[in-house]
Amino acid sequence: MFDPVALPLIFAGLLGLSILLYVVLDGFDLGVGLLFPFSDEAERDRMVASIGPFWDANETWLVLAIGILLVAFPTAHGDILTALYLPVAVMLIGLILRGVAFEFRAKAPIGHKRPWDLAFWSGSLMTALAQGFMLGMYIMGLQWSWATVAFATLCAVALAVAYSFIGAAWVILKTDGDLQKKAVGWARGGIWGVVLGMGAVSIATPLVSERIFDKWFRFPEIVTLAPLPLMSGLLVALLWLALRRLPTANDSFAWFPFVGAVVLMVLGFFGMAYSFYPYIVPEQLTIWQAAAATESLAIILVGTLVVLPMILGYTVLAYVIFRGKATKLSYD
Amino acid sequence: MDTLLLSRIQFAANISFHILFPTITIALGWALLFFKVRFNRTRDRKWMDLYLFWVKVFALSFALGVVSGITMSFQFGTNWPGFMETVGNVAGPLLAYEIMTAFFLEAVFLGIMLFGASKVPGWLHTLATFLVAFGTTMSAFWILVLNSWMHTPAGHELRDGVVYATDWWAIIFNPSMPYRLAHMLLASGLTVAFLIAGLSAWRWLRGDREPEVATGLRFGVILGALLIPVQILAGDMHGLNTLEHQPQKVAAMEGNWETGGNVPLLLFALPDEAARVNHYEIGIPSLASIILKHDPAGEVPGLNDFVAEDGTVMHPPVAPVFWSFRIMVGIGMLMLVASWAGAWMMWRRGADNLPRPYLWGLTGMTFAGWGATLAGWYTTEIGRQPWLVQGVLTVEEAVGDIAGGMVLTTLLAYVAIYLALLAAYIAVLFHLARKGGRIAAPLAAPVIQPAE
Ligand code: HDD
Ligand code: HEM
Ligand code: HEM
Repeated sequence: MFDPVALPLIFAGLLGLSILLYVVLDGFDLGVGLLFPFSDEAERDRMVASIGPFWDANETWLVLAIGILLVAFPTAHGDILTALYLPVAVMLIGLILRGVAFEFRAKAPIGHKRPWDLAFWSGSLMTALAQGFMLGMYIMGLQWSWATVAFATLCAVALAVAYSFIGAAWVILKTDGDLQKKAVGWARGGIWGVVLGMGAVSIATPLVSERIFDKWFRFPEIVTLAPLPLMSGLLVALLWLALRRLPTANDSFAWFPFVGAVVLMVLGFFGMAYSFYPYIVPEQLTIWQAAAATESLAIILVGTLVVLPMILGYTVLAYVIFRGKATKLSYD
Repeated sequence: MDTLLLSRIQFAANISFHILFPTITIALGWALLFFKVRFNRTRDRKWMDLYLFWVKVFALSFALGVVSGITMSFQFGTNWPGFMETVGNVAGPLLAYEIMTAFFLEAVFLGIMLFGASKVPGWLHTLATFLVAFGTTMSAFWILVLNSWMHTPAGHELRDGVVYATDWWAIIFNPSMPYRLAHMLLASGLTVAFLIAGLSAWRWLRGDREPEVATGLRFGVILGALLIPVQILAGDMHGLNTLEHQPQKVAAMEGNWETGGNVPLLLFALPDEAARVNHYEIGIPSLASIILKHDPAGEVPGLNDFVAEDGTVMHPPVAPVFWSFRIMVGIGMLMLVASWAGAWMMWRRGADNLPRPYLWGLTGMTFAGWGATLAGWYTTEIGRQPWLVQGVLTVEEAVGDIAGGMVLTTLLAYVAIYLALLAAYIAVLFHLARKGGRIAAPLAAPVIQPAE
């Protein structure tokens, strides 16, 4: 396990895991922020209450992801982050705005709540757009040109809509009454963004690189991989049907949109991972070329194997403690 | 403009903003645990009220610490790619352990600590409070291991210009780590002591006579009085350690140009690097030699020893190091006077009978800890120049190849946001103090405290 072939692979897996967890977990709380303009103040309080105990830990997965990139693939992280300098800065400023607005909106003098709500929304929007943009640029091989920027912009919008979809699905799960009804409406709109985004990425990725095209469309892969798009399609159809019937009288199936959205994200993620493997900087650096020294990776792995299960354990504990419908946040 | 200079300013601005909030949360976490345990023991409502007031400050500070910390982690990649490429094999595992053993612990249990009191049993809530305090201290530990290693590298070898770890024990317990860690943790304690004392004094001055105000005042002043002598001792030992490993830094701190004995302790001077002399010196004869060597004739290194044959200067810029050191020590002395005078007066006439000018003084010192901490870090970090990792990697070698204009844009954006947030933070702290710790309610009934 501690050899120079396996270690980079394991760390690529860990990197993937933390990006995936980040996108799913911070995805829903960013999405909640994106939905602010469509809600009134009381609804916003409730929506914030539904993510209050979680958002900080959710964001920590981003810190872990960037940390793994930094420590396990030192040569790649410079290439990727300097190429994405500006979108990274936009994302960071977005994260700052929403992270602090979260606290300030509750603690500032009453009259100041509105500007902080605005900061929360705009921070969430900046973050979502910047992340989508970076995803698009990454798919385009980190090259800046009109065409790649146009594609990245499309991805930016698509990811923002996708986040608001999973955010709406979270609100359906965590609230009831009028707000829940409203959230079903949001989700009905958002699902089209998800279809558009996943479609655009699926079409563009193979077109950009012959290697990726080949990986998907040669025989027998085209058959073994077929379940991936088919399952995604089926799931979208099911989600669409479910959203027409929700909310149900006894609140059954309120979990379905959220779980469906998560599964959709997981499927999309595996598709992407399959396309790019074994590269970490698309078409330039493989995970083995970019990896740090074996001794250093080994010492991190030992810690990871001990600590990661604990982290997952107490993360689950937090979700169990705060299960059920969201109530007003209070410190005692 | 110059990418290197702008990247340095940007990094310094970011880290200076970041450090303000961990400095508060590291010690405030333990203070909250103390309040909570006192309440569990005594069932005296005032401890709960103290807890409920300061937990809000904690939550707010924590949020600011997290978001600015995330910015920090990205800076390594966006602005200093050479750092990880050269020393990543050492820095990487240390950062990874910080994220895994500290950040997740804090972040998850913070949710339970803040919002879980009514959802989990009392012991679990106290445990969550403990784990959050423990987590913040762990992050300080790991990041200071890394920072100390950058000042006094050990346990590694260089192969083809890349650092490889050879001895993790030596890396973690590198020569300056124990001093830096102790000094920083004490700094955090002092920052919180004066923050609590300062805001409590201000509430008292405004006529707020809730029982927790006097208790907070007493807590802050006594904590400050206990910690400051230890801090001065730790600072002195830290300086002796620096003398051993980074003599050029100590030479800059003392503003001493020529190596020799009987070096005075300068109280004031304007170091002039062009002429390589000080103007308008006021000093106490031989005291620097006595402090650093315990001997009036003791030899103190001078800056002129750190100029290469060809005239290349290998010591840090003198004036900023000289002055930030004096600001830190000056604030430390002020803290000594303020906390001991306060403790003495409280002992003589109780916490609810302090003279108004003294209370105004404490209010003025609410953020004194921030001042000293920033000044201390400036001494340390500027004193390391031109090195990023002493003797291994210079700052110039680590900087990324990005357009200067781009760095300038992001720098201006960060600074604008940071200034606005700092103003908002301080305003909200005083707003919370004005509202007082609790919503008026009968003492016996359980009070539901909203998060605002
Ligand atoms: C409340 C904060 C505070 C106070 C009152 C003091 N310090 Fe300090 N000092 C710090 C907060 C700090 C710090 C921010 O925590 C630093 C920066 C890096 C570090 O490890 O600690 C620091 C650095 C620092 C250094 C530089 C070490 C190096 O990196 O080479 C020295 C020599 C001292 N201190 C010495 C003192 C002395 C003699 C003090 C006597 C009053 C003192 N400090 C008070
Ligand atoms: C413990 C973690 C820290 C690490 C790993 C660290 C690392 C660095 C790095 C990478 C730079 C940029 C290169 C340079 O300009 O020298 C730097 C510079 C600097 N840091 Fe730190 N730093 C830490 C803590 C701090 C803190 C807490 C402060 C202040 C509050 C601080 C103040 C500065 C300043 C002022 C500079 C600029 C020095 C100059 O360019 O003249 N540092 N440090
Ligand atoms: C280059 C330097 C640094 C980097 C990259 C960095 C990174 C970070 C990050 C990403 C977080 C957020 C963690 C979360 O998501 O919960 C954080 C928080 C924290 N940092 Fe830093 N940090 C640096 C310097 C420092 C220094 C110098 C100290 C103290 C001595 C410090 C102590 C802490 C503490 C105690 C926290 C958690 C509490 C809080 O957020 O207020 N860090 N840091």
